[in-house]
Amino acid sequence: MIKAILMFNNHGKPRLSKFYEHYTKDTEQQIIRETFHLVSKRDENVCNFLEGGMLIGGSDYKLIYRHYATLYFVFCVDSSESELGILDLIQVFVETLDKCFENVCELDLIFHVDKVHNILAEMVMGGMVLETNMNEIITQVDAQNKMEKSEAGIAGAPARAVSAVKNMKLPEMPRNINIGDINIKVPNLPSFK
Amino acid sequence: MKRLSSTFMPSNWLSRAQRWRKELDLQSTNLIEVCMALTVVSQIFPKEMIPAILPLVEEKLNHPKEIIRRKAVLALYKFYLIAPNQVQHIHNKFRKALCDKDPGVMTASLHIYLQMIQENPEGYKDLTGSFVNILKQVVGGKLPIDFNYHSVPAPWLQIHLLRILSFLGKNDLRTSELIYEVLDESLRRAEMNRNITYAILYECVKCIYTIHPKSNLLEKAAKCIGNFVLSPDINLKYLGLKALTYVIQQDPKMALQHQMTIIECLDHPDLIIKRETLELLFRITNAQNVVVIVEKMLEFLQNSPDDYTTIDLVGKVAELAEKYAPDNEWFIETMNTVFSLGGDTMQPDIPNSFLKLLSEGFDSVEEDRKLRLFAVDSYVSLLQGETRKLPQCFLQVISWVLGEYSHLSEDHNRSTVLRLLEKLLDMKQTSSETKCWILMAMTKLCEGTAGVCVAQQVSETYISSMDTVLRQRAQELQHLSQDSELREEVLPRDSGLDPMEIDSSLSFLDEFVSGALAAGAAPYKPPHQRQEELAEAKVLSLEPYGLALPISMSSCSITDRHSPTPLSMSSGLSGDSTDVSHRAGLKLDGVQRVWGRDGYLAKKESVEEAAPVQGLTPVHSPSLQNEGDGSHSQTPTPTPTPEPDREKEQLASSLFFGVSSQSSVCLMGKPDSTFNRRRKAKVQAPGVTEQLSSSVAPVSNAVDNLLCNNLQDSNINSVSAASSKQTCELSPRVPAANGTCNTDCGLPESDRKRSNLSISRDNGLVDADSALSEDQGSRSDLCPSSYLPAELCGLYRSEIAPLCTAHSLELSACHVHQGDDMILIIFISNSSDSQVLQIRLDLKSEQLKVTCVSDSSVENIKSHTVAVYQYSLAVKRPGVDVEVDGTLSFLLPAGTPQTKHFSYKLPLTAFIRPLLISTEEYGTMWLGFSHEVKQNLTLVDDGCEPLTFTLNLLKNRLQLHLVEIIGLEGILACRLLQNQPCLMHCRVHAGALAVWLRSPVPELPDCLVYHCQRVLQEK
Repeated sequence: MIKAILMFNNHGKPRLSKFYEHYTKDTEQQIIRETFHLVSKRDENVCNFLEGGMLIGGSDYKLIYRHYATLYFVFCVDSSESELGILDLIQVFVETLDKCFENVCELDLIFHVDKVHNILAEMVMGGMVLETNMNEIITQVDAQNKMEKSEAGIAGAPARAVSAVKNMKLPEMPRNINIGDINIKVPNLPSFK
Repeated sequence: MKRLSSTFMPSNWLSRAQRWRKELDLQSTNLIEVCMALTVVSQIFPKEMIPAILPLVEEKLNHPKEIIRRKAVLALYKFYLIAPNQVQHIHNKFRKALCDKDPGVMTASLHIYLQMIQENPEGYKDLTGSFVNILKQVVGGKLPIDFNYHSVPAPWLQIHLLRILSFLGKNDLRTSELIYEVLDESLRRAEMNRNITYAILYECVKCIYTIHPKSNLLEKAAKCIGNFVLSPDINLKYLGLKALTYVIQQDPKMALQHQMTIIECLDHPDLIIKRETLELLFRITNAQNVVVIVEKMLEFLQNSPDDYTTIDLVGKVAELAEKYAPDNEWFIETMNTVFSLGGDTMQPDIPNSFLKLLSEGFDSVEEDRKLRLFAVDSYVSLLQGETRKLPQCFLQVISWVLGEYSHLSEDHNRSTVLRLLEKLLDMKQTSSETKCWILMAMTKLCEGTAGVCVAQQVSETYISSMDTVLRQRAQELQHLSQDSELREEVLPRDSGLDPMEIDSSLSFLDEFVSGALAAGAAPYKPPHQRQEELAEAKVLSLEPYGLALPISMSSCSITDRHSPTPLSMSSGLSGDSTDVSHRAGLKLDGVQRVWGRDGYLAKKESVEEAAPVQGLTPVHSPSLQNEGDGSHSQTPTPTPTPEPDREKEQLASSLFFGVSSQSSVCLMGKPDSTFNRRRKAKVQAPGVTEQLSSSVAPVSNAVDNLLCNNLQDSNINSVSAASSKQTCELSPRVPAANGTCNTDCGLPESDRKRSNLSISRDNGLVDADSALSEDQGSRSDLCPSSYLPAELCGLYRSEIAPLCTAHSLELSACHVHQGDDMILIIFISNSSDSQVLQIRLDLKSEQLKVTCVSDSSVENIKSHTVAVYQYSLAVKRPGVDVEVDGTLSFLLPAGTPQTKHFSYKLPLTAFIRPLLISTEEYGTMWLGFSHEVKQNLTLVDDGCEPLTFTLNLLKNRLQLHLVEIIGLEGILACRLLQNQPCLMHCRVHAGALAVWLRSPVPELPDCLVYHCQRVLQEK
């Protein structure tokens, strides 16, 4: 089973983290830090497998990673996964990203993190490999995107909220206002933080 | 939806809202919405919500669209991982998924099967054929082209199938035979230079070495491994080494073929490769190459990158050093390096087992002395150097060894050692725990005026320390340094060699416990019981009230219950602790003898000794005696290498020394291990201690130890068994002799044993029974059983047990079950030639009501006759055992009056009768009773039906009525004569039998639980 999938750049900035087991936010951060520490130390011409970060699990767990230009892709798996199989899975993942974003770069991942999550969800579900065929994955993801666009559902919500605030006509504020009064004078604001 | 899922956490309020949304989605007609909902479902999902979602997900297994079926299968697998019990009913549907016409769904279902087969390979052997078939089709290219990856057909699917097959074929020739062909095919097809084909090859190789071996496949696999190891691709090399490590345990010859590669890997720049190589070497270590391999390992450790590796490797070095050390110097030096490198991160059992090894010693005393002497010398010289860098745990080891053994060394007198220790104390880095160890060592060493002076000075410093333990040690040091006699007694030299006698039942605490209980303290509950109660209090009752009788009682709080019979509680406790200690095989030697049967021994200070020494209680590392491949071949085989690099070849020959070249492929059995004294000493020890600890138990002693001593138990058992046999043989004249004997055998074991024991305690007649039966042999006319009143013959009765003897009079007694009455019969036999006059027998008991039923109160007993007295007994106040005290007074022929006291003890079970009621009656009665006891008992397993078996055992032994067994629960009922009911409800919980008893009589449930416990323990 896959325990976690992490992506970070050469400076250790996390770009994507997906945990298939429950950890507290703090632990997750610590795992990311430690993993980066382990992975970044390694040379280019060494093997892609690493054993035993203390945090994510004992000797049963392995880190399998690949380094592409500025990004590290790290899969943390237990002994029931094949090492080389996962290595190729990372390759499939990256190729899929490349196809979706047309020449993927780090910025794509930052600005379209939801899309990256969607792609990942079609490949790995709850820690199990679901689909390894690139075309299948892309078909699924596209269908979802289409639906989201037509609904402009949750993904559209923040944009709509922003425009709603912009359009909101606030009553004109008195010049010398007590700070403490804001809440009373402007009843629409406190609910929107 | 997706966004929300990323912040999803169990028991978050959000999840509740999300669930409704999800249900809507799951019922949606939009495919994509269903897909997304299923994805979210398979995220971390709170256990409590599974029942709500499960039917919806299950339904999706029949969805016409394959992607949804596939996701539903995975979601169900996730549920299975979270809560296996809740999805038990859908195992059939998993089978359907396996046979799904869409390969994608089948692939998804393999996740489930991999997991389940790993847990229980036996249950799925019938599917082997199907898996082999699937793999054949996949390998044969029968799948649609969509499934190809780099023109390899469905590689991930193949990997999965190979794993499943290797689990199925493990140690199973017949299943393996089904697999051979397809494995061969896979190997053949996977000969392409692609990363993913190597993944398949690797799985094939692992599978071949896991299942029952077949020679031509093994050959191919060996070739594959060779290719892996020699590959320039570093990932493949890594996997090759891994495979080699796995294989080498079965076939050490493989290592020889690749020795040069292994040597190269040792110097590989990649640490992961290096470590893997060391792991491999660890597996082929033997007495001949241990020095080189350990050296390599330590070298790696010197510049080891992280804690994880250090801990792992340090453990291995220590293990090898203990197992194969060629000589004392090497051993001590290696261990020194281990301690200083491992630091305080290493496993605590390494220093423990090292100290144990030192204190226990080996076969020869001289060797022991040399080893210890060397240790002392090396530590003294270490301490004379730079000590600041030494880890705390090493300092502790040093101070213990110096304290214990520095008297062996003539070079260093005590004051030198003391001064070195004092220097350690003054160091800033020394932790207070280490300081305690040092003070302990000083306590052992302070002798002579100089020593005392140093000791006083040190104890002055620490006697006012904030750390209480440290202060305690300082106090000890101060007192013991002044009183050398006391010190000798408390800290005898070489005490490590004496076997310790430990009263593991803690029975000496019984009195204290009963006192505390009487004062109103809550009875002790073992942690598992407390936890269970807590858990039960939390769990919601899901059933309607009427049906949930047993559940409703769990809500009754019993923590504030007064225990009516302190004894039972405390001895129950004693029983538990023995049990644990026996099972765990706790090693008690090497521990200062502090607690004895009569409480703590000798002086007060000795109590204080217990703590630090017990800290050393050895922890067993699993015995690895037969792991080494122990061929004694003296000829290393130099395999021809293309470019002979001399240095490397030398290293190779030393590394692979002793790894036999001639040894044939032995896959099934491992070869004999080399003889090794160190490991042997370690392994031997437990048996010896057990023997010692059991043989120290005195045979004639106190009921207190009844529970805790197996040996004693068995002794008494055999005595009573023998005597009962003799009774049968010797009293053929008794009309109902046969019947009596039969019932006798059916009588509760405890019954007999207890009466015997009480006798042996009362008058010290250990072998009273057999003595009596010999008597019967010579003068059968005095056999008491033949004087049994006619109306009582043939009834269920206990063994006739002697009570006491007074001059020529012999008292014996038994109790007879006469319907609902309990009759006590006392026989007084006069074996002298003269008459005994004015006999009076007074019985009284606090727990029992005793009424005399024999009409003729005999006052004089003629010579060689037996007088019989009958009493009817009724329970006033229940106890675990009830006792009758009696006084016998009579006139000797000479005219002098005599009195003699005796007592007769019988278990409460003698007064227990089955209570025949129905389940409904039980239900109403249960609610009416207020006194409750809860206890966890061991479940006796006969193989098929542990609950039924255990309850029937209890029923037969204690005479209970088994009302009903429903699933994992059972109810029993009984009554105490004359008519006091007690109800018992049992439930199987976590491998134990959770028992609740209720009764209107306060003491009764407690006593009964005690007897149940005894019955199950005897079993």
